Amino acid sequence: MTVASLPQKSAWKAYSDWANNHRKWLFAAPAMAFVAILIIFPLAWTLYLSLTDASGSVRAESEFIGFANYTEVLTDTDRFWPAVARTFIFTGAALLVQMVLGMCIALLLWRPFKGEKWVRVAILLPLVATPVAVGMMWRLIFDPNIGFANQALAWFGIPAQPWLSGQDTALATVIFIDIWQWTPMVVIILLAGLTSLSEEPDEAARIDGANAWQRFKFITVPLMMPTIIVAILLRSIDALKTFDLLYATKGRGGGSFNEVETLNVYAYGLSFDYNDYGLSSTVLIIFFLIIIAAMWVLTRRRKDVQK
Amino acid sequence: MSSVVTPKMLRPGAETAARPPAQRRRRKPLATRAYKVFRVVALIVIVLSFLAPLAWMFLASLKTNVDIYDASKTLIFEPTTANYETVLGRNNYLSFVFNSFWVAFASTALSLIIGVPAAYSMSRFAMRRSALVVLMARIIPGVSLLVPWYYVFSNLSMVGGYTVLILSHMFVALPLIVYILMSYYDSMPLELEEAARVDGLTHIGAFLKVTLPLSMAGIATASILAFIFSWNNFMFALVLSGADTKTLPVAIFNFVAYASIDWGGLMAASVVVTIPIMVIALFTQKYIVSGLTAGATKG
Repeated sequence: MTVASLPQKSAWKAYSDWANNHRKWLFAAPAMAFVAILIIFPLAWTLYLSLTDASGSVRAESEFIGFANYTEVLTDTDRFWPAVARTFIFTGAALLVQMVLGMCIALLLWRPFKGEKWVRVAILLPLVATPVAVGMMWRLIFDPNIGFANQALAWFGIPAQPWLSGQDTALATVIFIDIWQWTPMVVIILLAGLTSLSEEPDEAARIDGANAWQRFKFITVPLMMPTIIVAILLRSIDALKTFDLLYATKGRGGGSFNEVETLNVYAYGLSFDYNDYGLSSTVLIIFFLIIIAAMWVLTRRRKDVQK
Repeated sequence: MSSVVTPKMLRPGAETAARPPAQRRRRKPLATRAYKVFRVVALIVIVLSFLAPLAWMFLASLKTNVDIYDASKTLIFEPTTANYETVLGRNNYLSFVFNSFWVAFASTALSLIIGVPAAYSMSRFAMRRSALVVLMARIIPGVSLLVPWYYVFSNLSMVGGYTVLILSHMFVALPLIVYILMSYYDSMPLELEEAARVDGLTHIGAFLKVTLPLSMAGIATASILAFIFSWNNFMFALVLSGADTKTLPVAIFNFVAYASIDWGGLMAASVVVTIPIMVIALFTQKYIVSGLTAGATKG
């Protein structure tokens, strides 16, 4: 019996040794393969499609047309450039208000108080709520005829606003909704940063006679900078890509006048409403480059701060 | 005197404490009391502005459409469960609830299986570049993947099935899991694994028997967040689901017709999507917070 089991055992041992020695890649390989197949390959394909006139059915033949799509998109002042502008307005405005408001709320919650737990739960709820449901909820509240928003304005004698259905007010309204839903995320991240700060620098500044605002500006903010940049990074990634909220509130193409059509919504419409895959791939590649550039700038900034 | 180190010099704070007590008492309480009142008022306003819209949605879901149109019945009305009967009974929402649950559950579980070892390896061997590739998935706009996926999967006649939905939602879950667990393993001391190695376990044995059980809190954090984000995801299911495999966020649109909106039904449907996730959030608040802040506070 010993004779028979011996080679088998060493085969298992050899296998086990091999696995242990190669565990670095063995562990990482499945996830890497998944990412490669479902992300890198599709991205490469998008890049290829952007150089073709693929449209209509997914089975239709397509022809290589070089950079024609890129010239078409980049000279399109009707849909493309307004969409770029809206993407930046949406992201910039939402991000700015979220950071300022988020910092204020985080500072309010910083020191312990009674009922802290309940306030934190209240802040968590908008964040986990399904964005599509949130969009529907605000659609009812902002409805020009039956919504609570205009009802509340009427109490103060302010005339009714069109909100989401107004050509000029729709973008501002969706920015407001985004702020409502995602400020809590900023609060949670900044609060974690604040709680991990050591007391000494703040204490020392207090003794030197610095007032609350000076301490905040010269002590808290510089110390919090890495955390602030992480919050900006995470929020801007998601804000740039916002889709569900815009689709839920305004439907296809960002409304009948494309009031809230951002790059993401525009690319989606080109693909799945017009089946113009070549053109939409071009928009996506440009969009992707914009995102990468934004991330690159932010991570650069983060590294500078850490030095 | 000059050569003696007094306790006062060691503790700079002692100087303020030594100030005449009368002067301190007169100045500080006024400012702090004003701040305290301001803080309470501000906190109430914050809590209300976050909760009131959700409460509004819930109230509207209990109203008839006639009552929703009646401004005088904003708060006082006769509650009805008719909307929920429409949503759960006539529109067969329970099957959409199942779809959402199954897709979120399966994509989270599969992502854990491939994501946990990957996160461990990437943390221990400092594979920053490989990690960046996985995290790319968080940065890429979903639409840019949808077009090729749609191309491939419709040629394989797989669009509308659960497999495609689960695969696409793994794209949401996997980077989250890798990101959260990497920062978890980064902060986990190596000593325990080394002790297990000394006791005769192989590297993989030490991972399975020591590291894995010790990282259960991190795995729970990552799974809860992955589940929530998968449940909430809309775009992938919008394109890739079929009539039978619709998830809840897509199914909500059944209540939005071109001509009119069934507000009561729409709000009830929205409540049905949000309630499960909010209940999970209430019980796992600590995990959600630690997951959202993973990697944010240490450089």
